[in-house]
Amino acid sequence: MKDINILMIGVGGQGTVLSSDIVCDVALAGDADVKKSEIHGMAQRGGSVVSHVRIGAKVLSPVIPIGEADIVISFENMEFLRYPEYAGKNTSLVVSTHRIYPPSVAGGQEAYPAEQTEDTKKAFKEVFEIDAMKTATAIGNSKVAGMVMLGKLAALLPFDADLWRAVISKKVPPKTVDMNLAAFNAGYQF
Amino acid sequence: MKEVLSGNEAFARGAYEHGVKVVSSYPGTPSTEITEHVAQYEQIYSEWATNEKVALETVIGASLAGRRAMTCMKHVGLNVAADPLMTVSYTGVNGGLVIVVADDPNMFSSQNEQDSRHYARLAKVPMLEPADSQEAKDFIGIALEMSEKYCTPVLVRSCTRISHSKSVVTLKARNTPPTFEPENDIKKWVMVPANARVRHKIVENRLEKLADCADTGRLTINPVEFRSEEIGIICAGVTYHYVKEAMPEASILKLEMVYPICFEKIKRFCERVKKLYVVEELDRFIENELKAAGIEIQPLNRSVCGELSVDEVRKLFGKSVKEPAFDPKQLPARPPNMCPGCSHRGMFYAIAKLKLFAAGDIGCYTLGLLPPLSAINSTVCMGASIPMAHGMDKATDGALARKSVAVIGDSTFFHTGINGLLNSVYNAGTSTVIILDNSITGMTGHQPNPGTGCTIKGAPTQKINFPKLLEAMGVKNIRTVNPFDPDECIKVLKEETAREELSVIVTDKPCIFADRSVIKPPFYVDVKNCSGCTICTRLGCPAILWNKEDKRAFIDESLCTGCELCVKVCRFDAIHQRG
Repeated sequence: MKDINILMIGVGGQGTVLSSDIVCDVALAGDADVKKSEIHGMAQRGGSVVSHVRIGAKVLSPVIPIGEADIVISFENMEFLRYPEYAGKNTSLVVSTHRIYPPSVAGGQEAYPAEQTEDTKKAFKEVFEIDAMKTATAIGNSKVAGMVMLGKLAALLPFDADLWRAVISKKVPPKTVDMNLAAFNAGYQF
Repeated sequence: MKEVLSGNEAFARGAYEHGVKVVSSYPGTPSTEITEHVAQYEQIYSEWATNEKVALETVIGASLAGRRAMTCMKHVGLNVAADPLMTVSYTGVNGGLVIVVADDPNMFSSQNEQDSRHYARLAKVPMLEPADSQEAKDFIGIALEMSEKYCTPVLVRSCTRISHSKSVVTLKARNTPPTFEPENDIKKWVMVPANARVRHKIVENRLEKLADCADTGRLTINPVEFRSEEIGIICAGVTYHYVKEAMPEASILKLEMVYPICFEKIKRFCERVKKLYVVEELDRFIENELKAAGIEIQPLNRSVCGELSVDEVRKLFGKSVKEPAFDPKQLPARPPNMCPGCSHRGMFYAIAKLKLFAAGDIGCYTLGLLPPLSAINSTVCMGASIPMAHGMDKATDGALARKSVAVIGDSTFFHTGINGLLNSVYNAGTSTVIILDNSITGMTGHQPNPGTGCTIKGAPTQKINFPKLLEAMGVKNIRTVNPFDPDECIKVLKEETAREELSVIVTDKPCIFADRSVIKPPFYVDVKNCSGCTICTRLGCPAILWNKEDKRAFIDESLCTGCELCVKVCRFDAIHQRG
């Protein structure tokens, strides 16, 4: 299969790590090789979180090389700006329109970089803007916004939707399976 | 069965599959999750030790008793365990003994970037280095067999990109572990000089045999992938994957045992390639070993700081890398911060208010250095705060002790802080020590410690009582304060720093992750009363925000834990509780 590099970016607490774990399990279930790399440790809640996921027949480095991300998925509206090196000319962007204000913006010292965010979107091959928070709230819980995003990502990858649904059902807390699947389906059809 | 596992999960799985009986460790990023996952296997006895020296000594005992044992730590943890490491090399082992050490190139969460391979050479013990999760699991098995066959402890080196990356692993059942009768052999296990002189020769002889076993292929390690005759590259660990992706045309010798070096195999590899390179992360460890053995290495303009990557390797060999789609932007940062409701914040507010010099330590509370609190003035290593304050006290005949404090958390106090405090008591220090007791090891992800009252498996156990412990240690001035009451903290700090005697102040409110019952309904800002004085925003609480338009504070109620610290500093009665 063709190699696929996915850079998954979010803010601590948004479920970025769980989402990237789901992508890994789907890839393995779909008979692909997969590697993932992420950095945590001093990243407290509210910090920037990034996972590199690489899928292919045989994956080597767990980290995506410069300019070689096929898909950048940003669970927050500005966070993809933080990792300019991985996106190239042929990169697709999936971005949530939801904003989470960094401390300096919340404290009034700096502005949210709305203009830069809009400008930079032009550098991508294609952009999918998802109002994941609104969709999740309509489903009944803002916490499944990440699953809406994952649904859109799934639609761009060569794995069967039922494979995703099976992995999600295993990975999320049992009581939240239905709500997460509803969120996934909403994102998948976006 | 195949699963996608992190390197740390795979190390734990390796211990399970290969019959390890005892694991004792102290948490430290990026090694922590190994022992956390080991704790899920009921066949393995596991524990959080008070520090890495204690952990290693515990597993040395387990090995002496004839069972397979493992300890896991981060690179700076191996410094703490270095003392027993140097001598267990001499005694050797009985049951297989593995020490996993996780380095942190680029220092994502560490105070230095040391290269642990030097410890293998210093202690004269073998070191294996896996390149992904499958090897992380397999190398625990190879290390245990090597340990028993050659009567040596074995180091297994990880790094952040192994520990915290995930890849596909084939799982197997647990082996029936080999067990041995406990050893009672004073010539082997009592390292007085007369016995140690004999053992040193055995250690040197063992190193030769180990190098030879890898050379002659009796161990299936150090594979060669022969491609081009032009370029041969020697590499190890995760760097192997960077090299293979960046230089698919090159011949590769992957050193899976990075110490001792197997020269014969390398010499045969050199003879088959025109130019030989070494690509390795951090220090020029392999390169210098090879040069010392007279092997000709081509120079590479490589930094010994930070991580390697596919792109870095491409650049080293003059290959181009792709262009990023856009340029870096100046972005508002998302810095690490003490959590909303953190029990450390009030004491740091008081320390900053009194402009005290704070000798800090390693833990969540190191974040007290960040603005707006900016309350920490030094951080060196685990347990350093108390002796450093003691040194400042003695160097200035007490003058600096009147204007400074040592700050240390409960877990760090049990780790090595307790020794420093004993020293201050014994040597009549006059400094002021603050133990920020939040009843948990916060920074590494909330592991229990002797002040928590439960074991790694959640079983109830003895909880250390700080005031009683301090009293027994001979501390005369012991104060317990509520860190959510800054006025009380300021008053006690003034009294205790003025005192020309040693004193210890203990804060006793739990981490909000250690005890969720402390979370109360959120607070809100009554804008009618808010004067816009900014005293509450100066606490650095992530839940307290600033409304630029009307120049008033407001609270993100989804983050607020109801700790009341902001209420205590507000002089205008503008902050009230919901419900």
